Amino acid sequence: MTDAKVSGTAVRADDDYPWDRTALRSELATVSQEPGATKPQPILAVDNVVRSFGGVTAVDVAHLEVQRGAITALIGPNGAGKTTFFNLITGFDKPSSAKPRFGGGNGPFATWRFQGRSLGATSAFRVAQTGMVRTFQLTKALSAMTVMDNMLLGAKDQPGEHILTALFRPRWKKREAEIRAKAEELLVRFKLDAKKDDYAGSLSGGQRKLLEMARALMSDPAMIMLDEPMAGVNPALTQSLLGHIQDLRDRGTTVLFVEHDMHMVRHISDWVVVMAEGKIVAEGPPDTVMQHQAVVDAYLGSHHDQDLGDDSVLDEDFEQAKAQEDAERGERTAAEPDGEKA
Amino acid sequence: MDFLATLFTDFGAQILSTVTAAFAIAAIGLNLHFGYTGLLNIGQAGFMLLGAYGFAITIRFGGPFWLGVLVAIVAAVIFALILGLPTLKLRGYYLAIVTIAAAEILRIVGGNQSLGPVTGGVAGIGNQVYSPAFTALSPFPQDGSFSLGPYTYPLTVGDSWYLRIVSWIVLALVAVLVLLLMRSPWGRTIRGIREDEDAVRSLGKNVYLYKMQALILGGVIGALGGMLFVLGTSVQPDSLGRSTTFLLYTIVLLGGAATVFGPVLGAVLYFMVIIGLQDVVGQFVPPEIMSQQQVPQFGYIVVGIGLMLLVIFRPQGILGNKKELSFGD
Amino acid sequence: MLVAALGVLSGLLLPALPAQASSSPTPSASSSAAAGDSSAIRATATCAQTDTTACVAGTLRDADTNPVRGATVTLAAGGTPVATKTSAEGTFSFTVTAAGRYTLSLDESTLPEGLTPGNGTERTITARLGALSPAGFALEGAQQGGETDPEATPQGDTSAFGRFWNQVSLGLLLGLLLALGAIGLSLVYGTTGLSNFAHAEQVTLGGFLGYVFAVQLGVPFVLAGVIVIVLCALTGTVQDRLIWQPLRRRGLGLTQLMVVTIGLQLALQYVYQFIFGGGVRPVSRTIQANTGPLNITPNAYIAMAISVVVLIGVGLLLQRTRIGRATRAVADNRPLAAASGIDVDRIIRLVWTIAAGLAGLAGLLYALVYGGIAWNTGAELLLLLFPAVTLGGFGTAFGALVGSLVIGLVTQLSSLVLTAQLRYASALLILIVVLIFRPQGILGRRSRVG
Repeated sequence: MTDAKVSGTAVRADDDYPWDRTALRSELATVSQEPGATKPQPILAVDNVVRSFGGVTAVDVAHLEVQRGAITALIGPNGAGKTTFFNLITGFDKPSSAKPRFGGGNGPFATWRFQGRSLGATSAFRVAQTGMVRTFQLTKALSAMTVMDNMLLGAKDQPGEHILTALFRPRWKKREAEIRAKAEELLVRFKLDAKKDDYAGSLSGGQRKLLEMARALMSDPAMIMLDEPMAGVNPALTQSLLGHIQDLRDRGTTVLFVEHDMHMVRHISDWVVVMAEGKIVAEGPPDTVMQHQAVVDAYLGSHHDQDLGDDSVLDEDFEQAKAQEDAERGERTAAEPDGEKA
Repeated sequence: MDFLATLFTDFGAQILSTVTAAFAIAAIGLNLHFGYTGLLNIGQAGFMLLGAYGFAITIRFGGPFWLGVLVAIVAAVIFALILGLPTLKLRGYYLAIVTIAAAEILRIVGGNQSLGPVTGGVAGIGNQVYSPAFTALSPFPQDGSFSLGPYTYPLTVGDSWYLRIVSWIVLALVAVLVLLLMRSPWGRTIRGIREDEDAVRSLGKNVYLYKMQALILGGVIGALGGMLFVLGTSVQPDSLGRSTTFLLYTIVLLGGAATVFGPVLGAVLYFMVIIGLQDVVGQFVPPEIMSQQQVPQFGYIVVGIGLMLLVIFRPQGILGNKKELSFGD
Repeated sequence: MLVAALGVLSGLLLPALPAQASSSPTPSASSSAAAGDSSAIRATATCAQTDTTACVAGTLRDADTNPVRGATVTLAAGGTPVATKTSAEGTFSFTVTAAGRYTLSLDESTLPEGLTPGNGTERTITARLGALSPAGFALEGAQQGGETDPEATPQGDTSAFGRFWNQVSLGLLLGLLLALGAIGLSLVYGTTGLSNFAHAEQVTLGGFLGYVFAVQLGVPFVLAGVIVIVLCALTGTVQDRLIWQPLRRRGLGLTQLMVVTIGLQLALQYVYQFIFGGGVRPVSRTIQANTGPLNITPNAYIAMAISVVVLIGVGLLLQRTRIGRATRAVADNRPLAAASGIDVDRIIRLVWTIAAGLAGLAGLLYALVYGGIAWNTGAELLLLLFPAVTLGGFGTAFGALVGSLVIGLVTQLSSLVLTAQLRYASALLILIVVLIFRPQGILGRRSRVG
């Protein structure tokens, strides 16, 4: 499961994180299983994030904390607002409850803190710079660039990205060599090293997910947010993906990931947050959270005659994501003015 | 045979000409916008016109040559900021609409008679007003001419070797600049933005800033092209309207978008086609079917249809790599 | 040679200004000899061109678009010049018997105090037999109230409110005509995501087809109008069938499609110039005086009425009929619409047809109201259509109507303080302000990103 570990090279994103998985889980076991529960060591704390489209409230999260160093799964039926919530806290969307720029408005306003830094009105790239890097449900591998170029784009502190320095190669050559070496290591870890000079567009769906994850790791994020990392991935690759996620945690990176169903989540996550109709309805360790009445109700609402751990749910989601991806790639309908689908 | 000899002589003359170099330069700027960054600027002719006005008007009011160049560049930077600030956070077509409208407004306002004392109105500014400031810097003798094969031009004055050499040197410098940039991490980020700006944003890059830099740089390059263009002709607002922008798109797409030398090749080929068309029509087509005056119109019809066909059937152009080219949506 | 290669230059001309019934003359691209001495020139009260005569006519207006009365205008073609004075409505008209080039001049000394010619006092006019050659002079400055004979300009209320009201009526007129074009542009965008830069060329097409049928072929105007609209609508159908549908199927990206429309725009524009030359082509031979509460021509009232009726019709079509609901469903969410059994391709075909038909009608009415259509009229209108559609919110039909009215009013009202040419600048300014504060438009909805 924890395959392809490259010894001695992993950079611990969080050096004061000494405990192992068992210790982490036992610490989490003391946390109350209520929506919005307080965690012993929150890396991210979110308050009053509301987002409505027209009259419909897509997200309404009063309070949420994410435990440092843990794998937290954000699950919920289709349309629960998971992706929108991701977009909001990563700066890709703005909460309706954001404090108006020019004053006024009624509180409570949306606020959230990541590693003690307030991220209330921060643009997406700054959120990433603070160490909270995300991936997308429909992979955003840059297909007309090589796998290596994709990786290099993920690195931070590149002097050559400044337009004037860029003209003088000696000024950025050294850093370029460093990040290239780092990219090579990560590609080996994710088994993409053979593909490094291929265009990312030639990769399979699963490989793109891996590339996106590896690319996000180029910046040594303290927390990585994966939006449906398993969607559209060939089942053979799913195990390896899950292994990589656990590996991330074991190297000290906090992981928050979105998933549709319990089955995928159960054995890798340390904590599960359940969303339904925009709200957080339950929280708890993976083996007990699904027994909450609120969770059962939420899932019965959408998959009424399916068992919660049933694999057909997975298949259906897979089909759905794939169809969506195909539609995206093929027709680019872009019926909405702002282009992208969630 | 006579016809072919004329045709090839005309080809050569056109390839050497300042106009070809000026359009190649403006096209390199547009390529930086459209080809590399994915910015749909449909007002590149506006940048050219602004460069031309900034340069010519400064000299008209007694400014020195280099101040004229500086004013042209600063004007292009300001224009890019005005266009980019409200639109670069939005989807591509907003920039498209704003750039085309702004460029047309520049043309209309520039041609407005009430601004006659400054811009010369529709008639524009003749190059006798600003050329002397340029020819004064020539390393060649002010008088005399030089022949190279069938091509005889004055050394310094008017449609001269001096102007040709300067134009091609500027073109070479601009091409090297773009080459260096695109091979750097800056260029990598720019290409990433063209493909999917959200992905690049999620990696902690200030996409807005990069797009603004590209818009400004490409616009300044366009202004340089505009300055060289009017050194060979004159500043006339109607000669740098949106048809010119569309022509630049055709040049970029013909040669190959997102390549450094594509715009140069595209410009050379485009002007060869137009010259060929002119020579052929003059020689073989009876005036009842197409008069000589209608050739430019016909040329634009060809450009328009050519642009459509290129985008549909060969978006990578001649030099481009299909795998590497994707238009950002 | 270089200049010739870029002969582009001379081609672009200033827009036919709706604020003036007359139009700036354009250097005709086709060569025609100067009319000889044998040509007879007569100053006539109204224009009456027949197959053997041509007409040179126009209206003299000041910067506030009030007619200028009693100015001397002279027409000559080598021989003795013939002079006439402008009427109470500011109109002048000459009938000539030979085609060719004429020189039209304005006697500056006969202009009312406060007025100066904006761009020279001489024009070269190319007259064609059986055709009306509109001509005019741009005048700067406004006539002073006391100088104007109130009887000579019955509606020429030069009080501040009068001028304001006049611009409001012209703004409503322009706004309604723009709306006919803008709704099509918006519908195509809404259903396909395409910003069609060639849309305004459909407007030009309507005007030119009107000229061909109503003037060249002499078909009665109403019948000609019907033919024109049907033909224009068909070009929409055919276009979608031959170009846009295959390209959608090929999976061409929206940016690429947009560049295709740019190429099409360029090609069409120059096809028009190639065929019809550089001049302004009328769709009607009558010259009318302004009248009624809005102080516009009877044709303009008719055009406004037609616009209103058609726009209401389109609104009802979208709101009340099955087809309309299907169209809105496609615009809302194309995959969902397809999944619920709507034939998306058929709807899109229909939208193209309607859009092209409405644009054709807009062009026809534009030419009727503003004295004709030129090869680049559409290209200039595009600069108003895009701000109108953006303002209202891309993809919403009602928004396009509101946006058009606002743009029409603002551009016309801005000429109270700015010269008429700068009205495009005011439209652009609106565009930029809207993009900064409300990029989804006044009526558009913010949509979900990411």
